[in-house]
Amino acid sequence: MADQYNGGPAIAAISTPAGTGAIAIIRISGRESIEIVDAVFQPADKSSLRDSPSHTIHYGWIVDPQTQDSVDEVLVMLMRAPRTFTREDVVEINCHGGAYIQGRILELLFQSGARLAEPGEFTKRAFLNGRMDLSQAEAVMDLISSQTDLSLRSSIHTLKGGLREKIDMLRGGLLDLMTQIEANIDYPEYDLEDVTLDQIQKTAAAILEKMEDLWRTAESGRLLKQGIKVAIVGRPNVGKSTLLNALLREQRAIVTDIPGTTRDTIEEFVDLGGMPLHLVDTAGIRETEDVVEKIGVDLARRAAEESDLILMVVDAGMELDGEDRAIFQEIRHKQYLILLNKTDLTAAHSADEFAAILGDPQAREHILAVSAKEEKGLDTVESRIRKLFFDGTIAIGKDPLISNLRQKEALRRGIAGLRAVLRGVEEGIPQDMIMIDLTDAYDALGEISGHCVKDDVIQEIFSRFCLGK
Amino acid sequence: MDTEYPVLGSKEHQIVYWEEDIDVAVIGGGHAGCEAALACARLGMRTILFAMNLDSIAMMPCNPNIGGTSKGHLVREIDALGGEMGKNIDRTYIQSRMLNTAKGPAVHSLRAQADKARYKEAMKLVLEKQDSLWIRQSEVVYIDTKNGSVSGVLTAPGGYYPCKSVIICTGTYLQASCIHGTYRVQTGPGGMQAACGGLTDCLRDLGLPLRRFKTGTPARVDGRTLDFQKMEEQKGDEHIVPFSFENSPDAIRRPQRSCWLTYTNERTHAIIRNNLHRSPLYSGDIRGIGPRYCPSIEDKVVRFADKERHQVFLEPEGDHTFEYYVSGMSSSLPEDVQRDMLRTLPGLEHVQIMRTGYAIEYDCIDPLALDHTLQIKQVKGLYSAGQFNGSSGYEEAAAQGLIAGINAALSIKGGDPLILDRSQAYIGVLIDDLVTKGTNEPYRMMTSRAEYRLLLRQDNADLRLTELGYKVGLISHARYSRFLRKKEEISQEIERLENTCLSASAEVNEFLNSLKTSSIRSGVSLAELLRRPEISYGDVIAMGDLAAIERPHLDSAAGEQAAIQIKYQGYIEKQMQQVEQFKKLEQKLIPQELNYEEIPSLRLEARQKLSKVRPRSVGQASRISGVSPADVNVLLVYLEQYRLCKK
Repeated sequence: MADQYNGGPAIAAISTPAGTGAIAIIRISGRESIEIVDAVFQPADKSSLRDSPSHTIHYGWIVDPQTQDSVDEVLVMLMRAPRTFTREDVVEINCHGGAYIQGRILELLFQSGARLAEPGEFTKRAFLNGRMDLSQAEAVMDLISSQTDLSLRSSIHTLKGGLREKIDMLRGGLLDLMTQIEANIDYPEYDLEDVTLDQIQKTAAAILEKMEDLWRTAESGRLLKQGIKVAIVGRPNVGKSTLLNALLREQRAIVTDIPGTTRDTIEEFVDLGGMPLHLVDTAGIRETEDVVEKIGVDLARRAAEESDLILMVVDAGMELDGEDRAIFQEIRHKQYLILLNKTDLTAAHSADEFAAILGDPQAREHILAVSAKEEKGLDTVESRIRKLFFDGTIAIGKDPLISNLRQKEALRRGIAGLRAVLRGVEEGIPQDMIMIDLTDAYDALGEISGHCVKDDVIQEIFSRFCLGK
Repeated sequence: MDTEYPVLGSKEHQIVYWEEDIDVAVIGGGHAGCEAALACARLGMRTILFAMNLDSIAMMPCNPNIGGTSKGHLVREIDALGGEMGKNIDRTYIQSRMLNTAKGPAVHSLRAQADKARYKEAMKLVLEKQDSLWIRQSEVVYIDTKNGSVSGVLTAPGGYYPCKSVIICTGTYLQASCIHGTYRVQTGPGGMQAACGGLTDCLRDLGLPLRRFKTGTPARVDGRTLDFQKMEEQKGDEHIVPFSFENSPDAIRRPQRSCWLTYTNERTHAIIRNNLHRSPLYSGDIRGIGPRYCPSIEDKVVRFADKERHQVFLEPEGDHTFEYYVSGMSSSLPEDVQRDMLRTLPGLEHVQIMRTGYAIEYDCIDPLALDHTLQIKQVKGLYSAGQFNGSSGYEEAAAQGLIAGINAALSIKGGDPLILDRSQAYIGVLIDDLVTKGTNEPYRMMTSRAEYRLLLRQDNADLRLTELGYKVGLISHARYSRFLRKKEEISQEIERLENTCLSASAEVNEFLNSLKTSSIRSGVSLAELLRRPEISYGDVIAMGDLAAIERPHLDSAAGEQAAIQIKYQGYIEKQMQQVEQFKKLEQKLIPQELNYEEIPSLRLEARQKLSKVRPRSVGQASRISGVSPADVNVLLVYLEQYRLCKK
């Protein structure tokens, strides 16, 4: 049994705890892990891992083999079987801690042939390969079931509502086509409409186009409800929604001059130069007697608590009041930026003065001047966020990142499946063989939305067609 | 004398006399029973086949054909393993067609219309002639067990047959009732006597999970009252393919009969709708669970109300009868309604019904109680096959009968069981589905149920299974040698096509142009050309001949195999990789004594399902509904721990 596990297919995952530390470790284990890393790693000494001895450390860069872009400066540890954690060949990449970088490196590894490790899979392999004591079996099993549970929950949560519908719609389209093909195969003599290759081509191409759209949004970070969670806070009417819109460059939140119009939080996803941001615009944090507004305030406070980064918006033209100070007290121990908004109008104070009024000299370096209305100073905001992100000061949780990658990977397989379908149609391949690729695409989409029903097609055949003796 | 022998079971069946010891008793002489009994006897077991009526042996109480999509695959697999069904339909067919020829080779499906009377007569004769096999008209009412193992069977008249194994193939006979309209009668199919003597009680007393299923059949009509002018003719194929790999087309060529196509219309549907209240299906008189893929005409009209017409095929039941089977009109409506609705069909205006269509209810087992050898897990030596296992169809039954028979014999002889997996055969898919997923309706084989159907073609069933049949002992030495020769020819032909280069002559390019495919500029291998969609194996041979390339004289089936393997190489390789993945978990066997309750990391639902099904491998466990991928991983770790502890 152990032999079968020795040298299982290569798996990769981030093995450092989520969201902390300036450095992260990505571990790859299994067959061909060394070759897979070689494909994306350029050592400074131009050597290759393949020809290097076991248990050595190599300095160099992770480079996208397609674009030749350098992704990160890394240290790579090479450990050949059997003296490794899993008793398989293991390579560990020490990279910088930013989630974006970790994600990029993982994706490159997937493109080179690794797959994402299942929850607890390294430990499982270690155990199955006899690396662990028998008494640890229980713990391994618990780990597998609890981690799977966790990742399942987080992956369900990461799906944006609209996305699930979109995926379900695409699956519906595929199922429809597959059902027709299968019914024709199993009931050749019935007067069902024959599925033509042309029809398969049209349907598959239409679905492929939508999937490629999704892929592009996935690439820009909008596929999943995740990213660096950025809360926009501030008392009413300081221009939070205007700021959100400026960042989104689209009018989504209601922007008015009446205090407290943002009753609920508005959430948006934006790709800021490769950083996935999950922007949350809160209702003004204000002690209020208005019941409806109170709900908004509660939501706002909670959003602020859960965020990775807080953008506090202050009206530069007005004096700071008690509310501003109260809000500042709530956020000062988190990662924050203070945006002096409405600098298009006359500013009441300079940035230095605002810092002094807040009573915290350290606040000065967190203060940036902007005009959300005129979209001025936003570049500075972006570059500040990017800096915090790439040096790992702020990080996003690992689980959403992983499920995002898993879903993206499934989407990639789905796209590959449909492309193979179109190739098959082009070559005049019989429909029953085209079904192989259609099924792949269908299953891949099912993984994204969390469906894995096997007998869909047979169910459909009998509910849609009138067949039988 | 009465006092000398004991009574058996809750029904207090009296043993009247003692028969000689046998090895295997097969209960039922339908398609499952025939294959089971033949397999056992051919493997040297002293075997008795009991049937309610010997005239019902190999009876086809429903459609008069063998094969069709996926079912044709089953028959060819049965043949490759050494079963009888393929040979018997080759002996008695009256029309043969290859279906789906416009689609890929994986779904080409062979179907033959049978002469029903001759089919059963020929099969009965095969049984009669078989050494070590006796056939007996009698009802088995009790299966005796000792210490959880089969020890004998008792017939209704009181004969006790000590035996080591029993194969239940009761089909639709167990506590059967037939229904049309308000008329309900306790008979088996085709008016045969039902088995009501107590076997159901005996099985229930053994603790087996029994249930009640339902199926149905259409009317048979007098061909002299049909006007075929008003129907479309469906002829048999000119070039026929035998079911049995042992037969050549020439050896079994004979005149063929036609089937005829007509349609229902709005008048038909109106009659049905107006009489729905008289249908036992809608009045609630029938409670058994019927199959979705074989709906009655009343079901079709209700469920697909917007469909303007339904197809109806008139199929001859044999050469020496005028009876026709009205395919598509299965019904349990009252006789007068059946008559009236049939008379609305073009060509059937003056039709005379000979046998009324009916629904039939019968007792069967929840197949989750079986293992992959088709042995009932609770009782050693007790096997079951066919409709009793919740399947439907002659071919599904025969396939199970063969496997149950082989395994009953192998178990007595002390050999490893024969278990086919999902990547080896449709038979493997069929049995794995039944014993892993169970079924809530009579289970029909479909090509869409097979994940690896590109590999499980009807044309290569011999390549997949002959070796196994030979190992089991059902394939003769002579047949095996012929098989090895064919295999050799195939690989030589593949090599020849890959390595023979065709140079770019004007003749060749002219030929290519005539096929509407691009010409070649330099030398190209024959295999390369064959991979073009426009080019067939025959074209490649023709071009080779144009270029005066020498070629060996080949069995046409061997050439066809070589061609398929080259032409669809990419897809075939892809499926083979999938199979490799699949096999990994399939080969991880689970000790049968494993107590799932002791694995707390499994979710509750998984623990319950696993305890019920008791899968033989982790692969099977992964296909049980309610067992998640995480449960599978937990199971893998637990098994490793278990294995180490055992050491």
